Amino acid sequence: MALLEVKDLQVYYGVIQALKGISFEVNEGEIVTLIGANGAGKTTTMQSIIGLIPTRGGSVIFDGHDITKTPCHKIVHLGMAQVPEGRRIFQELTVYENLLMGGFSQKDKSAVKEDIEKIYTRFPRLGERRNQIAGTLSGGEQQMLAMGRAMMSHPKLLLLDEPSMGLSPLLVDHVFEIIKDFRDDGTTVLLVEQNAGKSLAISDRAYVLELGEIVLSGTGAELAASDQVKKAYLGG
Amino acid sequence: MEFIETLLNGLSIGSTYAVIALGYTMVYGIAKMLNFAHGDVIMVGGYMIYLTMAGIGNPILGLAVAVLFCVVLGISIEKVAYKPLRGASPLAVLITAIGVSYLLQSTAQIIFGSAPKMVIVADLGNLTIGSLTVPYYMLITLGCSVVIMLTLSLFVKYTKTGRAMIAVSEDKGAAQLMGINVNAIITITFAIGSGLAAFAGFFMLMKSPSLSNTLGAMPGIKAFTAAVIGGIGSIPGAMVGGILMGIVEALSLTVPAIAPYTDAIEFLVLIVILLVRPSGILGKVRREKV
Repeated sequence: MALLEVKDLQVYYGVIQALKGISFEVNEGEIVTLIGANGAGKTTTMQSIIGLIPTRGGSVIFDGHDITKTPCHKIVHLGMAQVPEGRRIFQELTVYENLLMGGFSQKDKSAVKEDIEKIYTRFPRLGERRNQIAGTLSGGEQQMLAMGRAMMSHPKLLLLDEPSMGLSPLLVDHVFEIIKDFRDDGTTVLLVEQNAGKSLAISDRAYVLELGEIVLSGTGAELAASDQVKKAYLGG
Repeated sequence: MEFIETLLNGLSIGSTYAVIALGYTMVYGIAKMLNFAHGDVIMVGGYMIYLTMAGIGNPILGLAVAVLFCVVLGISIEKVAYKPLRGASPLAVLITAIGVSYLLQSTAQIIFGSAPKMVIVADLGNLTIGSLTVPYYMLITLGCSVVIMLTLSLFVKYTKTGRAMIAVSEDKGAAQLMGINVNAIITITFAIGSGLAAFAGFFMLMKSPSLSNTLGAMPGIKAFTAAVIGGIGSIPGAMVGGILMGIVEALSLTVPAIAPYTDAIEFLVLIVILLVRPSGILGKVRREKV
């Protein structure tokens, strides 16, 4: 059964149509990737699914709920989380406080504290720097924090927008490892990436987005083998 | 001794400004708007104290009624006037706030007339220690303000709602991604700011019993100045800016040659500080997000 079903989604910025009616789905337990060049509409797709920007047409069904017009904070309470493009951690708060914010939708205070300890176990660097102001972390640490923060709400579906952006090759591999871990622990993942090679390698399925339209879809392996994808996104 | 008295006077004026400035700075930080009607909420609070005093005669009850009424008023202003403009140009919001300011002043004038009312909150007398004479109202103002500022600082730092306020002020989108209802946080911010305005009205009436529909105008502008001096959007900044303005005001008033220019001197402080630190004393220079 599809956990997320996007049907004919249309988004405009003023008069410019950024998404020209895209449809795709993410099934429970999958890693699904949207690949595409700059300006293809990847971030727009992510932000409109979670209700940060308004849609003009089409529908988004999540876990049986029509969330097309639902405000972002309610969608988060339904079990969706997003690591936004550029991470957008709270620079002025400490690592610990950032994680607390991630658990905002959770009622049980002591469970939130336990979850934070689990995040520290998973990302020891965050544990070492728990009282450090988040704005002073390195890019890689900020990415770990953004991912840990998103996991604090126990999402059924995690949206990751360009998680490897601006990271060293070593850290990029680490990030993709973590994404696989999340999936293996039962979180469904929708991933947006420019690093098509690495993301297709871990994806169950993928879609190619070009100028606001889906032009290609298939399993990660199929797309990685497709001439069209190779030429446009894999440098070959 | 005279210097200590002046200093205490400055602290009491300044803490009143600080309490008002907190309203400006919190609303600015969270809703990214300048609520120029904030000063007039002080005035409405003043009239609520006046009405309660005239009816029941209990100043504490007067303060309670004023706080409640102002909280409801602040929430209503936000819902009716500002919420529909969310996402509109900042100029549209600014001119609306100025409109709300005049609306409150004119409504008060229609209801209560333009002649000032006398509101004797309480005849408290002075505290005398040796040659030091301090009016009790100053100490009450100072004491209440310290409690208010401490409570607010602890609230923002240690409660879930308080931290949500910091999150919203830093990044509205990311805050929503945490499941924070930004509209609810804005409502709470207006409620707190307006409640504090009622306290400021109480402090001002203790100091000087004359109440008119422009009671909040000048203190509103000075507190706004204080918020900018301290760094608009910063809660400790509003406190520092307010106290600084109060002390400058009190000192300037004791020097006969410059006393008539006190207001001008206070605004001069603003200009000088902004020349040296454009973002205010504790204001942060925010990096633009890429």
